[in-house]
Amino acid sequence: MSEELVLSLRHVYSGYSDGAGLFGKRQRQEVLHDVSFDVRHGEILGLVGESGTGKSTLARTILGMVRPDRGEVVHYTKRPQMIFQDPYSSLNPFYSVEWTLEEPLRVYGKYGRAERKRRVREMLERVELTEDYLKAKPSELSGGQRQRVSIAAALIRRPKFLIADEPVSALDVTIQAQILDLLRALRRELDLSYLFISHDLNVVYQLCDRVLVMKRGRIVEQGTVDEIFDHPKEDYTKQLLLAAE
Amino acid sequence: MRKRNGFLIAGLVLTCALAALILLGFFWTPYDPNAMAAGPKFDAPSPAHWMGTDNFGRDIFSRVLKGAGTTVSIALATLLIGAVCGSLAGALTGYFGGPADEVLMRLNDALTAFPSILLALVVISILGPGSRLNVMTALGLVFIPSFARVTRTAFASLRDVNYIKSARLMGASSRRILLVHMLPNTAPVLLPALTIGFNNAVLAEASMSFLGIGATPPNASLGYMLSEAQGMLFAAPWYAAGTGLVVVLLVFSVGLLGEGLRRRDRGVL
Repeated sequence: MSEELVLSLRHVYSGYSDGAGLFGKRQRQEVLHDVSFDVRHGEILGLVGESGTGKSTLARTILGMVRPDRGEVVHYTKRPQMIFQDPYSSLNPFYSVEWTLEEPLRVYGKYGRAERKRRVREMLERVELTEDYLKAKPSELSGGQRQRVSIAAALIRRPKFLIADEPVSALDVTIQAQILDLLRALRRELDLSYLFISHDLNVVYQLCDRVLVMKRGRIVEQGTVDEIFDHPKEDYTKQLLLAAE
Repeated sequence: MRKRNGFLIAGLVLTCALAALILLGFFWTPYDPNAMAAGPKFDAPSPAHWMGTDNFGRDIFSRVLKGAGTTVSIALATLLIGAVCGSLAGALTGYFGGPADEVLMRLNDALTAFPSILLALVVISILGPGSRLNVMTALGLVFIPSFARVTRTAFASLRDVNYIKSARLMGASSRRILLVHMLPNTAPVLLPALTIGFNNAVLAEASMSFLGIGATPPNASLGYMLSEAQGMLFAAPWYAAGTGLVVVLLVFSVGLLGEGLRRRDRGVL
């Protein structure tokens, strides 16, 4: 694995302003405290921690949906994409699979119609769906199929870095395994790097190369999967591992 | 196979039939709606005069056809002003939020607190009564807040949905997100709101004309005719009955249509 980076965060502090009215005072909620880490080219970096520790805020900060209060987020790749946990709200219910997959290309505006159709079919094949699904609406698809379509839509403009926020935790175990296999295969074929957010340590153990352990907005431990799972240093990591057994 | 949506079918059939009749009224009526002595005075409904005649011997059915045209075109114009301005304001504030949202919505609350007819009266008295354009403008302005509210809620509820986040991540412009990604998904809320709005507009126009500040003769509207009919309720009860029937039918058909649309989109049959 090369040491080339796709993303680095240095001393990032971030959070959100909670809903204040016209006259109310906005309260800034600090969620992330001094977060620093790198995502290396080609790796799957797991991010684990209990719910409410700021994993999603971290993802939003990386993607620029939330502006960090301090610190810097440096991307070494263009247009990183994200796939979401809930496959039922990640596809626009009004449009067909074909429309959804074509839309990023239409927005980009550099491809003709024929080229867009060709790329859509190629990507559909990569996520192991047949062309029969092109005209289907999301409501006609299963959770696993929807997640495949979401992955295809995220990857259609060939980003090099993908954030996956609990992409399999809403799925059945057998479907989970299929999606994990798919993510692994796509990494190889498309030269991808992932930040894989999960609260499920078993999934992280199966899929990831390195792991970040997050507790209340801080990265308390990071290391390779073997280091974290076999020789955890922090009590918090040990507790998480115990809870997962 | 999906169960048939009786509301939608009945609403569509009735609305289309009425629309056809009203359209016909623009070009042809059995008698000239304003011709005096088209028949005997105060003639009861008969094959020659389906809804009878009034105190001048004018054919009421012809007048109702023509009047419904006036009422419907005012209602549609009202709806156009209210829905376009209201939806635009609602969509923008709902999607972007922020201080502009707060200010507009509080303003909206203030406007909603007034009875709408009263508000329309105020606007009319500023613009000057009697002109059809002023009635449309006044009613249109009065209809903006309710559309803004409905649209705002619909767009705000979609703002943080994952597929909208994805659209932002792929670099779609705000205009594209609002029009292409969000608007079609607000149809289940907006279409029924439009039909309800249309009905309210018909009734509002009728009330204003009834009060004598709406459409003025010779362009009689249904509301103006109802107020005329009130004066001869005992001499020609068919006048009030015929006119009232058309108002009720109009509101009923479009109401059915709206309910049908709502049920189709909610999947409740």
